[in-house]
Amino acid sequence: MKKQGSDSNPAPVNPALPEPLKDLKIKYTKIFINNEWHNSISGKKFAVLNPATEEKICEIEEGDKADVDKAVKAARKAFELGSPWRTMDASERGRLLYKLADLVERDRVLLATMETIDGGKLFSNAYLMDLGACVKTLRYCAGWADKNHGRTIPMDGNFFTFTRHEPIGVCGQIIPWNFPLIMFVWKIAPALCCGNTVVVKPAEQTPLSALYMGSLIKEAGFPPGVVNIVPGFGHTAGAAISHHMDVDKVAFTGSTEVGKLIKEAAGKSNLKRVTLELGGKSPIVVFADADLDTAVEFAHTALFYHQGQCCIAASRIFVEEPIYDEFVRRSIERAKKYTLGNPLLPGVQQGPQIDKEQYQKILELIESGKKEGAKLECGGGPWGDKGYFIQPTVFSNVTDDMRIAKEEIFGPVQQILKFKTVDEVIRRANNTTYGLAAGVFTKDVDKALTFTAALQAGTVWVNCYSALSSQCPFGGFKMSGNGREMGEYGLHEYTEVKTVTIKIPQKNS
Amino acid sequence: MVSHRLQGEIQPPPRHLALLWKGGGSLWACTLPTQLVRKIFINNEWHDAVSKKTFPSVNPATGEVICQVAEGDKADVDKAVKAAKAAFQLGSPWRRMDASHRGKLLNRLADLIERDRAYLAALETLDNGKPYSVAYLVDLDMVVKCLRYFAGWSDKFHGKTIPLDGDFFCYTRHEPVGVCGQIIPWNFPLLMQAWKLGPALATGNVVVMKVAEQTPLSALYVASLVKEAGFPPGVVNIIPGYGPTAGAAISSHMEVDKVAFTGSTEVGHLIQKAAAESNLKRVTLELGGKSPNIIMSDADMDWAVEQAHFALFFNQGQCCCAGSRTYVQEDIYHEFVERSVERAKSRVVGNPFDFKTEQGPQVDEEQFKKILGYISTGKREGAKLLCGGNPAADKGYFIQPTVFGDVQDNMTIAREEIFGPVMQILKFRTIEEVVERANDSKYGLAAAVFTKDLDKANYVSQALRAGTVWVNCYDVFGAQAPFGGYKASGNGRELGEYGLDAYLEVKNVSIHVSEYFPTFSCTTKLRTSLLV
Repeated sequence: MKKQGSDSNPAPVNPALPEPLKDLKIKYTKIFINNEWHNSISGKKFAVLNPATEEKICEIEEGDKADVDKAVKAARKAFELGSPWRTMDASERGRLLYKLADLVERDRVLLATMETIDGGKLFSNAYLMDLGACVKTLRYCAGWADKNHGRTIPMDGNFFTFTRHEPIGVCGQIIPWNFPLIMFVWKIAPALCCGNTVVVKPAEQTPLSALYMGSLIKEAGFPPGVVNIVPGFGHTAGAAISHHMDVDKVAFTGSTEVGKLIKEAAGKSNLKRVTLELGGKSPIVVFADADLDTAVEFAHTALFYHQGQCCIAASRIFVEEPIYDEFVRRSIERAKKYTLGNPLLPGVQQGPQIDKEQYQKILELIESGKKEGAKLECGGGPWGDKGYFIQPTVFSNVTDDMRIAKEEIFGPVQQILKFKTVDEVIRRANNTTYGLAAGVFTKDVDKALTFTAALQAGTVWVNCYSALSSQCPFGGFKMSGNGREMGEYGLHEYTEVKTVTIKIPQKNS
Repeated sequence: MVSHRLQGEIQPPPRHLALLWKGGGSLWACTLPTQLVRKIFINNEWHDAVSKKTFPSVNPATGEVICQVAEGDKADVDKAVKAAKAAFQLGSPWRRMDASHRGKLLNRLADLIERDRAYLAALETLDNGKPYSVAYLVDLDMVVKCLRYFAGWSDKFHGKTIPLDGDFFCYTRHEPVGVCGQIIPWNFPLLMQAWKLGPALATGNVVVMKVAEQTPLSALYVASLVKEAGFPPGVVNIIPGYGPTAGAAISSHMEVDKVAFTGSTEVGHLIQKAAAESNLKRVTLELGGKSPNIIMSDADMDWAVEQAHFALFFNQGQCCCAGSRTYVQEDIYHEFVERSVERAKSRVVGNPFDFKTEQGPQVDEEQFKKILGYISTGKREGAKLLCGGNPAADKGYFIQPTVFGDVQDNMTIAREEIFGPVMQILKFRTIEEVVERANDSKYGLAAAVFTKDLDKANYVSQALRAGTVWVNCYDVFGAQAPFGGYKASGNGRELGEYGLDAYLEVKNVSIHVSEYFPTFSCTTKLRTSLLV
């Protein structure tokens, strides 16, 4: 999510970093349906933990099937023909989204603090990157609201034919814990600009900022039932959404394993439309002619950003033989510079992993790396005596068959591999079930363009990495997902095309 | 739709302006609003004219001078073009700005206009004469929406990547054209400014705008908002002045890359000629019209009468798309005429600051006299004057709502643009006949048909040679829908996605790719298949 390469931009890109909020109060802990706050029908609640301290922040109403039913009913009602939402001017939908962006900007410090406490994310990243991206995404999609053009079509015969781009209807949206707010916005903004209604399930680890957004959505003036937010667990609330007979579409961001379940549920129930943004094992290819400093820095950030918890994390760095040793040496040096600690504090560069489960999984994969013969260059164990911290870890001499070169680790563990020839590295980079992102570092225009064509990935970065923005489509080849989010392409996922053909007395060009 | 905008809460004019109209016992008393800006706007600064000349801006409701305004001419245009060019240089803040940030600035400008909505509406009424309620509800609403619409486009006018034959990577960049001269009219001063600025700025151009000499005040106030919004100096430059001097300087300027003009067809010819004789600058024109409005006998009569009335009389008849040839099918002709006259007679003409007023004065004496001239020509050529036909007050440029019946196609009032509150009603028998007559005009800006019959609606909307066709409605404008003319009504389109084209140069970039490994290259499909 890191914005790179535009520090010379004259536009005020980033505001100065303020202090995090000192006494954050959690006001919204309930289920958001019809612009109102509800207790769970079952009466159940679940605890939300601060991953830096393992302490409980608060308890949240736990939504499951019954609450999803309630939310879907509200969303369906808001989507009825003739409803305020359906009869609203498209430009007015855009205006509401723009207003929501203004409100998020107003409460930026609060939301960034919440992201930090709930998700273990560095406050500086949360404030500058996550919140910045949220505001921009809302504004970007606001602009599309009245620009999702249908077409008139020169059909054969005496007919007048046109297409209407209509909203799909009730969209279920299941979002992950690594970028709770950005993923929330990536889901609701395109859905709402196209006129859909949504039922969102935030991750059980990080429901706080999404629920706060519920209050802003109400304040912005979205009609009741347009956005509904049900915090809960995947196997209950998530499954209820993906199996629901009255949900027209489901969008999911998370693991490939769960992505399969979602698609299966859609197939078994009502053939709802499915978009998936799943895991990755993204390669970066560094050629000997690349600017080494740039390549080391980008490759480092590409993996270690947000504790390695990015679906696009570049977890396989292929380095050309002549520069391999130097690249490894500099990468270790870079990884060792880290200050770990409380993500609210200034100067801290790495926070905790999200929860115990992830923490243990990462440590287990580190062990497998050692066992399978990769060379542990630095890190390799937990850090501190509380919280889910893991030392920045670098493995060299990694080979393609090792688990750490095949499985998504989702932690601060960098794998550096060696290659000799172009065709070899293309084959190896593509030899994965994933295809989310890829990077290539070279000064040679021919190599750069050859790789942009050859790599099987939804996003290819040349001499940069993690350069995401709301204007650019994002999504996966192969088992990294179905469909694209953001950009104009992102609208297709929230649009049904209706072809209307009218018989006319006589056609003229 | 303009007519549906005529409902809503109206915020009264700011007190210092309202007092102008109520104070002193005289309805027409006029003093100056305090914040009035009257200079030339270049590089985000206010300048006197190089010549030091000024010209008067007149309140058309009284014929009195509101204030003197700096009169820009060639020397000032040169200065503005220089500023615009500097702002457009490679590496300038404007050129390096994120596209989304251009959108943010446009949105901010919309916010500021919304903040000052009542003041701007009052200024528009003072300078142009249009009813305050219309200025507030229609003009200002459409201005804000237009700017917000184009703000959204700023990071969405996509180039393409293109599967060029051979070993090439080929793509297009959509680049701004450069320095755009924009010459805007007096009938919708603020709205025409927004129509011009919105697409030009969203796509990254820089602008030298000449505002009409009749109505410079509101556009100059917006200039101060452009600065407040944070546009870099030189991006927007605004010059009040006259067509033959400042306007001509823009259209024949060797360093202006594009000129956009809204106004009369006569001047449109001059602009296109000047572009041809100077540097072949790109030209878009939005010119006059004599738009037909066809009422079939199966139409909803009440609705058709009201819409046809509105189509012509809106904005004192000063609309380029005014429905100035109302063709009514024979069997309903008499009833339609009767009701139209009745409606015209009930039209409230008077003080434009009065919320009940539907019609204010014409914009100036020249227009006023020209319209009265057309009315007497109509009478002389044998059209039947059914109501109106005279000035409506003893001061100011007010004209009575006027309706002519029994108008024939060859009469002057059926062929020429009157641009005043004068309605022509013509009779027709068959749909084929009316289509032919409707199209028999050098103009082709807009047209409408009123019918309940789907086949007729579709047939007529295909057959009419006009840039906009309305079915069972009139003057439906939205920033989303393109607008412009066939034939001598203009070149190019404004608004909608189409409106961006006029402000974009397409650059094609092709890069040769030496293939490292043909089996993986994007362009080797052809080669592989040849080998097979």
